[in-house]
Amino acid sequence: MRYIGVRYIIALIIVLVTLWLVLSGYFNKPLLLWLGSASVIFTIILTIRMRIIDNESVPYFNLFRMVPYLVWLVVEIWKSTIIISATILRPDMVLTPRLIRVKTLPSSGFGRALFANSITLTPGTVSIDLDDDEVIVHTLLKEMTNRGDFAEMARRCAIAAGEKEPAF
Amino acid sequence: MIEWGVWLDLARHGLAGAMMLAGACFMLIGSIGVLRLPDFYARIHAAGITDTLATIFLLGGMIVESGLTQTSAKLALVGMLLFLTSPTATHAVANAAHKAGLKPRLGTIAPPHPRDREDG
Repeated sequence: MRYIGVRYIIALIIVLVTLWLVLSGYFNKPLLLWLGSASVIFTIILTIRMRIIDNESVPYFNLFRMVPYLVWLVVEIWKSTIIISATILRPDMVLTPRLIRVKTLPSSGFGRALFANSITLTPGTVSIDLDDDEVIVHTLLKEMTNRGDFAEMARRCAIAAGEKEPAF
Repeated sequence: MIEWGVWLDLARHGLAGAMMLAGACFMLIGSIGVLRLPDFYARIHAAGITDTLATIFLLGGMIVESGLTQTSAKLALVGMLLFLTSPTATHAVANAAHKAGLKPRLGTIAPPHPRDREDG
C-alpha cells in the first residue's frame, strides 16, 4: 500500500469544512451540520480509497508565503494593465509582438504552474507552451520582454511555492 | 451630533460604486482591445484585462458593498475560482492555437487609425 500523507488529508479536511460552511452558512441547525460533516467524511474516505490524495490533488501551500506574493502580483497586474490600456486606447497604436523563451524556472511542479499562471494573468504576456526547461511567452509590447522581470517573478514564485533557495 | 455610522456607510457605498465603475471601464477597454488588435495572439492580451483587473475591481466593489456578511465570503470564493481558472483557460486556448500551427504576427505592427478605416 502506498504511503498516504497525513498532512494532505488534514489540509483537505480543512478546505472542505471551510467550503461547506461558507457556502451553506448554517451554524445553528444540528441536522444540517451533521449532514455536512458526514459528506466531508464520505469525501475523504472516497479520495483515500481512490488513492488520488497527493501533491497534485491537494496543492496546499504556506499562506504566509503566498499572500505577499499575491499582493505583489496584483501590483504588477495593475502596472501592466495601465500600459496595455493606454496602448489600446491610442488611435495610432504601435504593437511590437515577440515570442520569447524564458529559461529561468522554479524547480517544483507547483512553482512552475504558479509561474506560468502568473505570466498569463499579467496583461501583455501570455505563456504559450511549457516544456521541461523553458516557457514560450508571447508578449504584446517590447517593453515587456525584459529577462530580469521574468527572473524576478520566477524567484518570487519559487519562494511562494516553498522552495529553499532559488538557483538564480 | 454627528452619527459616524451614517458617514461610514456613505463612504463604503461611495468606494464600492467607484470600484465597480473602474471595473466596468476596464471591461470596456478590454472589449475595445479585442475589436482593435490585429491578430489572435494579440487579442488574448486584451481579453486578459477583462479577466484580471476588471474582475478584481468588480468583485472587490461588490465585497465592499455587502460588508462583512456571508455574501462577501461567497464573492471572495468566486474571485479565487476565477483567478485560478481564467489563466488556465487562456493558456489552453493559446497553447491549442500554437500546437495547431497558427503563427503569430511578429515585428512591428501599426493597425490603421480608426479615422482611415473604410468600414468605420
